[in-house]
Amino acid sequence: MSEDSEAIQQPRNLAAVIVGRISIPLLAIFTALLVASLAMLASGTNPIKAYLALGEGAFGTQKAVIETLIKATPFILGGLGIALAFRGGLFNIGVEGQLFVGSAFAVIIGYSIELPAFIHLPLALLGGMFGGAIWAAIPGYFKARSGAHEVITTIMLNFIALRVINWAIGVNGPMRAPRTVVPETPAVFESARLPILIPDTRLHAGVIIAVFAALVVYWFLWRTVAGFELRTVGANPSAARYAGINVEFNIVRTMALSGALAGLGGGIQVLGLAPYNFTTGFNVGLGFDSIAVAVLGGIHPFGVTMSALLFGAMDSGARLMQLRTKVPIDIITIVQGLILTFVAANQIIRSIYRIRARGEEDQISLGRLWGGGS
Amino acid sequence: MDTVFFVGLLSLALIKATPLALGAMCGLLCERSGVINIGIEGMMLVGAMTSFLGSVIFNDITGGTLPKTVSLLVGLLVAMLSAGFIALLHAWLSIQYKVDQIISGTVINLLAVGITNFTANAYIDPNHLSGVGVFTEVEIPILSQIPIIGPILFQHQPLVYVMLILVGFLQYALFNTRWGLRTRAVGEHPRAADTVGINVNRTRYINVTLGGVLAGIGGAFLVLESVGRFQKLMTTGRGFIALAALIFGKWTSVGALLSGLLFGFSEALGVRLQLGDVNELQALILLGGIGVAVLGAVWVILKARRRQEDKRSMPLVVGTLVVGLAMVATALLATFPEVEIPIQFLGLLPYILTILVLTGFVGRAIPPAAIGRPYEKQ
Amino acid sequence: MKSSDQDPLESLALQVSGISKRFPGVLANDKVDFSLARGEIHALLGENGAGKTTLMNVVYGLYKPDEGEIFINGNQVEIRDPNDALAQGIGMVHQHFMLVPVMTVAENLMLGHEVTRGLKLGLLSRVDRQKVSEEIEALVELYGMEVNPEAYVHELSVGEQQRVEIIKALYRGADVLILDEPTAVLTPQETEDFFEVMRSLVKQGKSIIFITHKLKEVLAIADRITVLRDGAVVGMTKPAETSEKELAAMMVGREVLLRVEKKPAQPGEDVLKVQNLHVLDRRDQPAVRGVSFIVREGEILGIAGVQGNGQAELVEALTGLTKVIEGSIHLKDSDVTHARPRAFTETGAAHVPEDRHKHGLVLSYAVDENLILQTYYLAPFASGLNINPRAVDENARRLISEYDVRTPSIKTLVGSLSGGNQQKVIVARELSRDAPLLIANQPTRGLDVGSIEYIHRRIIEKRDEGVAVLLVSSELDEILSLSDRIAVIYSGEILAIIPVEEATKERLGLLMAGVRETQESSQAAATPME
Repeated sequence: MSEDSEAIQQPRNLAAVIVGRISIPLLAIFTALLVASLAMLASGTNPIKAYLALGEGAFGTQKAVIETLIKATPFILGGLGIALAFRGGLFNIGVEGQLFVGSAFAVIIGYSIELPAFIHLPLALLGGMFGGAIWAAIPGYFKARSGAHEVITTIMLNFIALRVINWAIGVNGPMRAPRTVVPETPAVFESARLPILIPDTRLHAGVIIAVFAALVVYWFLWRTVAGFELRTVGANPSAARYAGINVEFNIVRTMALSGALAGLGGGIQVLGLAPYNFTTGFNVGLGFDSIAVAVLGGIHPFGVTMSALLFGAMDSGARLMQLRTKVPIDIITIVQGLILTFVAANQIIRSIYRIRARGEEDQISLGRLWGGGS
Repeated sequence: MDTVFFVGLLSLALIKATPLALGAMCGLLCERSGVINIGIEGMMLVGAMTSFLGSVIFNDITGGTLPKTVSLLVGLLVAMLSAGFIALLHAWLSIQYKVDQIISGTVINLLAVGITNFTANAYIDPNHLSGVGVFTEVEIPILSQIPIIGPILFQHQPLVYVMLILVGFLQYALFNTRWGLRTRAVGEHPRAADTVGINVNRTRYINVTLGGVLAGIGGAFLVLESVGRFQKLMTTGRGFIALAALIFGKWTSVGALLSGLLFGFSEALGVRLQLGDVNELQALILLGGIGVAVLGAVWVILKARRRQEDKRSMPLVVGTLVVGLAMVATALLATFPEVEIPIQFLGLLPYILTILVLTGFVGRAIPPAAIGRPYEKQ
Repeated sequence: MKSSDQDPLESLALQVSGISKRFPGVLANDKVDFSLARGEIHALLGENGAGKTTLMNVVYGLYKPDEGEIFINGNQVEIRDPNDALAQGIGMVHQHFMLVPVMTVAENLMLGHEVTRGLKLGLLSRVDRQKVSEEIEALVELYGMEVNPEAYVHELSVGEQQRVEIIKALYRGADVLILDEPTAVLTPQETEDFFEVMRSLVKQGKSIIFITHKLKEVLAIADRITVLRDGAVVGMTKPAETSEKELAAMMVGREVLLRVEKKPAQPGEDVLKVQNLHVLDRRDQPAVRGVSFIVREGEILGIAGVQGNGQAELVEALTGLTKVIEGSIHLKDSDVTHARPRAFTETGAAHVPEDRHKHGLVLSYAVDENLILQTYYLAPFASGLNINPRAVDENARRLISEYDVRTPSIKTLVGSLSGGNQQKVIVARELSRDAPLLIANQPTRGLDVGSIEYIHRRIIEKRDEGVAVLLVSSELDEILSLSDRIAVIYSGEILAIIPVEEATKERLGLLMAGVRETQESSQAAATPME
């Protein structure tokens, strides 16, 4: 009996779906905003005024909405990458670095050759996906081969990517644009740029690609043979091995797919936004914010899309908020951290708002994979 | 290579290694008790900022009537408390609420960046706060006069000594005190610890919080002994390198210090290479030698402790150490031809070495058995 | 059967009354009364899941009871945690050892009660290994158990670790020892030695609670026997007043059929042929050493042996889950010695794994997905890249009715089903694949009697359909009632393969203990039957 009750508590794993669980995330967001308003009060700002400005900055005008969509795009793809890896039992904390490598690959293809647009753009995007995939497949391979935990190896690879690329665009670096004083690459050719959806705005086709990617990930996870394998390896690697699934191959594949999504996000950032090149400090922190996006989105593609929109809105509205109320933009990072806290530790929210826990556990636990070979 | 230069390099390496070793000590306390900590970076960042604010505000309140050192000490104390508090949050989330420890660490990092940037933009920059200064160097009487060793070890600012004492103390305490025995038991087999009446979660709370205090000292070092004022994101990944040092040092404090020294040395060497007064080939061999020697030294420590994972024979282990030291000696004594080596990537060393030990290409590192799993009483 | 109060027990070392403990969905202990006299060995008998361990965890302070009282030496006490239990002189040896592998014996023994020397610095006092080692030597002397205090636990054998556990309890001043299934990991001969240790402990004035589900052991060693079933005490008796059969009936609640009804086997062609197989375990030590056997169509070959004698590694090798270092495996006509798991499945092996939670099921998947775990990539479940939900659905509906899986729906998570129904999900999946070979490893461990009978019947049915069955079990009764031939494995070697007609428990017991049969003795053992 004790054996069985233990077993029922056991599946605190990724695959425990949080679908239809909207109330907790919403309350988490609300609570995070509430807590952050304390910081505003402390610095002498009226939080209501600030949040109104935030909302206006995110959705008040056509331009604001467009900025929100643009900002949400990399969050969607980064969040999808992390969610996909979660489903496969892996914590891809290296989305940051994969996004970097993806944009580097895309930008190299974009500026070094000139091709007809219908080849050049897809090629550059694919290049971005390829770069991200490679950068994620390396730790995937290490994990599969020796059980080296992907959290540490991907963090290390993040730094390696950052340093190598900073060198490549630094003084005398091979990717450095000629005759510039700032470290940046040349701009990509027109033929490799994403089309603008609404003339005279910054809204590029990347947002459509991102939403489409969410649909593909959904289809992949729950409607394909490979998706079944990925989820089985994530939920119970021993059972997957018993069922004849090649666990090692799946680990590498899952990481590569996750990295490809991140790399696509990176590619879209350089191919979709002026000045269409790569500079230092480019999109720093995006990969880590994507963890919050994925967790808030219940590691489900549709949830990820929604939470990415929220994060995009906060980022784009923050500027107006800072302008109107002098609250530093960084309050947004605090809010995002708090949201992650409250979603991950949803018992806090449950006890504040007296929501009873549902039967099954839905906590995400990856630590169990820590360093263990098999 | 002349001795004065090498001594200067090692002394600089020790300084550079200090925040890394302190961060690694934080990781050691957490992970030995079974809690993964990828939030070291955030804890150090908070420590850096609060040490600055603490010292500056205290100095303002006292109107500069007290010696500068008192303000700096107050800053240090504030850093320890506030980083400890942030670590308590990590403990609370991961122990009380059983939040995945990696997510909880990410929370710490996100919040730390948000809070410190916010404070910098909302308070420090608008008020044009400038620092109180830095701790002055303290030469240890007699010891600092020993040739070579003296200048390397005993002519530093106080936090370097604090770090060295902590490393030695923790190495002793982890294996020889009641606390150490319990901490290791909780990290390796929490249920066994529970059945003999050790409070697993309380042990973890205490260790994680104390770990935060140490990370706070590491962060404070950057302000109080190095830069003298707070800059946004000034930890620049040192928390993660500290984690790398912990792993390369195989979860022992002396091992972590040695790895920290290796990383610190490569950083110091990078500085000198930019100045152009080092032969690149020589630098490479020197660094490689130190790397091999550190690897051997860590093995020797583990061997002495007979940790499960190390099955290598003593001659091989000692041999590695000797080879490493021989390489260092060669680098110091021989003269080298000028060779063009792309040496910009020296800074990648910590990251690559960490990946190598994790994958088992070089001296496999095995973490405490219960790491990452919240303890449940059933 | 209630006769406990009439016994003239001068003093009770331990008494519990009216203990109840609820877990979500389960009443693990239901108003349990139990007493232990000083100097007594009191067996607590019951099937897996009967609530024995729960009761003892309550006594040891690991669980808080929902109701009930505990008395030590006649005084009511509250035991909130193991520290309280230890303070009251109660020590427990758990089924899974509570020893830290990377620490020495001495360190493990003092853990939580460290002996220190030098300055009194609280938690930072220096531990005194020397003194503890000396104290251990003294205990070792007193009770005649050999243990090196300086050895690291991970270097010790299972039997040695068990001794360390007992010394640990004694070292902490335990007068009452709770031994949870101590013989599960021992051979019959080691068990005999272990009984000697128990007797010498009692002689030194200790009292022992002996948790087990093995009837023979209970009759051999206990002074009194309390039987638990479904969390409640069903009776208390003494060895002299009872029999194996009566105890078994008390444990399961009805007369047990010792033999399953079955027709004689009609063996056909060879299906599985194993020759000189060598396999290593996880620590790269030889686990299977030169094993050869054949399983034919329409017969059940039972592999008997004490757990941990290479059975797990043998089955892993026979399903492609671990590497074969020497020898060969032929399935039908294919050489599958070095094949991957999927090749075994496709060549025709079905496998009911030993650990259903670890290998057999994905607990966070619903019933329907678990039922396609081996075949998800084949038609009709897969078409091209896609999974066909309708086929998955249909398959699940068909199998749960065919194999009597009690589940609210096919979308219910397998993790929330009972153990018996979980096992039926596996059996349904594996048997429905119509493979010529069925490997069943501990197919009924921890299940209720109803499920056991059901699964036994299905296995016999398969045999009668002409499937070759390899049954691995450490339950001798299961082996004896299902097998047509029995192979006894000891320390990675098969010592004998004998027809079931020639097998007795005594003969198998000796073989399981590693006693090789000479020509004579095997004949002598074979002749007198029941």
